[in-house]
Amino acid sequence: MSKILVIAEHLGGKLNSSTARAVSAAIAVKGEAIDVLVLADSADAIAAEAAKIEGVSRVLTVARSENAHALAAVLAPQIAKAAAGYSHVFVPSTTFGKDVAPRVAALLGVAQVSDVMSVEGAHTFKRPIYAGNAIITVEADPAHAVVATIRSASWPAAASGAASAPVEALAIDASLPTHTRFVELKQGASNRPDLQSASKVVSGGRGVGSKENFDIIFKFADKIGAAVGASRAAVDAGYVPSDLQVGQTGKIIAPELYMAIGISGAIQHLTGIKDAGTIVAINKDGEAPIFEVADFGLVGDLFKLIPELEAALG
Amino acid sequence: MKILVGYKRVVDYNVRIQVKPDGSGVVTDGVKLSANPFDDIALEEALRLREKGVAEEVIVVGIGPADLTAHLRNGLAMGANRAIHVVASDTVQPLTAARVFLKLIEKEQPGLVILGKQAIDDDANQTGQMLAALWDRPQATFASKVEIANGKATVTREVDAGLEVIEAELPAVITTDLRLNEPRFIKLPDIMKAKSKPIDTIEFGTLGVEAHDHLKTTHYAAPAKRSKGVMVKDAAELVAALKQKGLL
Ligand SMILES: Cc1cc2nc3c(=O)[nH]c(=O)nc-3n(C[C@H](O)[C@H](O)[C@H](O)COP(=O)(O)OP(=O)(O)OC[C@H]3O[C@@H](n4cnc5c(N)ncnc54)[C@H](O)[C@@H]3O)c2cc1C
Ligand SMILES: Cc1cc2nc3c(=O)[nH]c(=O)nc-3n(C[C@H](O)[C@H](O)[C@H](O)COP(=O)(O)OP(=O)(O)OC[C@H]3O[C@@H](n4cnc5c(N)ncnc54)[C@H](O)[C@@H]3O)c2cc1C
Repeated sequence: MSKILVIAEHLGGKLNSSTARAVSAAIAVKGEAIDVLVLADSADAIAAEAAKIEGVSRVLTVARSENAHALAAVLAPQIAKAAAGYSHVFVPSTTFGKDVAPRVAALLGVAQVSDVMSVEGAHTFKRPIYAGNAIITVEADPAHAVVATIRSASWPAAASGAASAPVEALAIDASLPTHTRFVELKQGASNRPDLQSASKVVSGGRGVGSKENFDIIFKFADKIGAAVGASRAAVDAGYVPSDLQVGQTGKIIAPELYMAIGISGAIQHLTGIKDAGTIVAINKDGEAPIFEVADFGLVGDLFKLIPELEAALG
Repeated sequence: MKILVGYKRVVDYNVRIQVKPDGSGVVTDGVKLSANPFDDIALEEALRLREKGVAEEVIVVGIGPADLTAHLRNGLAMGANRAIHVVASDTVQPLTAARVFLKLIEKEQPGLVILGKQAIDDDANQTGQMLAALWDRPQATFASKVEIANGKATVTREVDAGLEVIEAELPAVITTDLRLNEPRFIKLPDIMKAKSKPIDTIEFGTLGVEAHDHLKTTHYAAPAKRSKGVMVKDAAELVAALKQKGLL
């Protein structure tokens, strides 16, 4: 029977919703146990949140000062040790998981399945390749542990609230390297909803034209309570910071509403929004490829249309 | 210091990939192949470090079939000093690729290894991290800025929460993100010069790397298509439509 270890992602003492999404994928394996591992400098508050997720059997904590920041070189040896006895190790496919999971897999001497979008059986998974232009079915050798990253946009967060899994401290005897050190995290302070978990996202592209002009996107997003995203072209041009990039090499998101404004719809961008509920495109070029995937398309100048949208909202 | 650079050949990013009707793979016959864009960025960064005097030698590495030579020549034309071609008839999975790089590291003793954060064909995003683990050295993934001084790399990483800065003692593995640099274009005289640069050829079988890959791809499918929706005539109609769906 399968036993699954899910690695919790957290920042600033808060559990990231990608963890509950990875738990959903773990539930789909239909194993006998799902344990969540929290590695942190102080783990209690995070563990308490994880314990509420339905389907979780136990929450295991490793509280060490070295775990204050998520450095893959420091976390991986601990995860590899903790993985003993588990058939699966699941990690969210976020920059956190993409960084640490392959390091764990290599320490265990096993391959990794990246970006799991569906679980077909305990060792059979579907994942995208070629920027999502093909979906492959992969079979992992049951003789080895499966290390996998879970594509957050493909999985709803497992319900949270009613459950209360036991929390246990785990003693791990692993020597940790000091060759990699955290210096700082530069975070854009924002009261807007988080791009990765927001139900509505408004994205701007090169068509917005400048950093100053991007205010029109931010204002409109605030008006409808949406997170803000961007195309690579908008990020490269310096209109917005890199953590707003949506697409193959940025964030893969699945909001209920996605509004692409001044974005042409390159395949690398579309990869990031395939799972969105409703896609709206606003573009002055009626031939733009974004209209091929949009549920609602509106042709025209964004600088004229956005104020009109705001007016229509009342 | 030597820098080893991963230089993988992939289907060009402009090609719209088609899945074969029988689900046995994707159509790659006759499609345009190019360097993985992240590897061009890796090579560019290595060349800039050499131009700054931080490194003396830049070596591009390709693992793949016999006809990879022309591709490696492009890396030499861009400016690498030499190339290593590990000849493998089958595609290698990331763990195997990492084990190959480790063998080359033992031989070449580089101060830095720069790989792409992901190859745009398989989108695995694994090889650099696996290599760092096997080598027991630091990893700095998704780099958008790299500074090398006093035996360490200070790397700015593009992470979901923003920009993270870490310090890694050398030797180390760095994987590139798109905004690290803009790769230079290859000029005609460089193509001529590259013809005389050395390409070492190593048969995969002679490296003593175990290639028992644990993953089997059993089926390829085209992704579910989104159907084209409707065009609305103005802002008011759009707002009404979204309100009706309960989205606004
Ligand atoms: C390896 C690789 C990875 C990549 N990864 C990503 C990724 O993760 N995410 C991503 O987004 N891209 C990615 N790209 C880039 C991608 O190929 C496109 O270049 C990019 O998405 C284009 O951004 P854009 O649509 O904003 O710009 P453009 O293609 O320039 O489109 C701008 C659009 O704005 C419209 N417009 C202009 N002015 C107005 C106006 N006043 N009103 C209304 N509309 C207007 C234009 O008609 C046009 O359609 C990647 C590329 C490569 C090679
Ligand atoms: C169409 C297709 C079919 C496939 N079919 C199978 C199959 O049937 N069975 C199977 O086992 N595998 C198969 N694979 C798997 C596959 O070839 C490897 O998993 C993949 O090439 C390595 O992953 P990646 O390059 O995405 O790694 P990533 O970890 O994304 O690569 C990151 C970086 O590592 C370096 N790197 C990686 N590989 C090389 C290389 N070969 N040469 C030089 N540098 C490199 C580069 O710097 C690259 O930017 C298939 C892949 C494709 C695209």
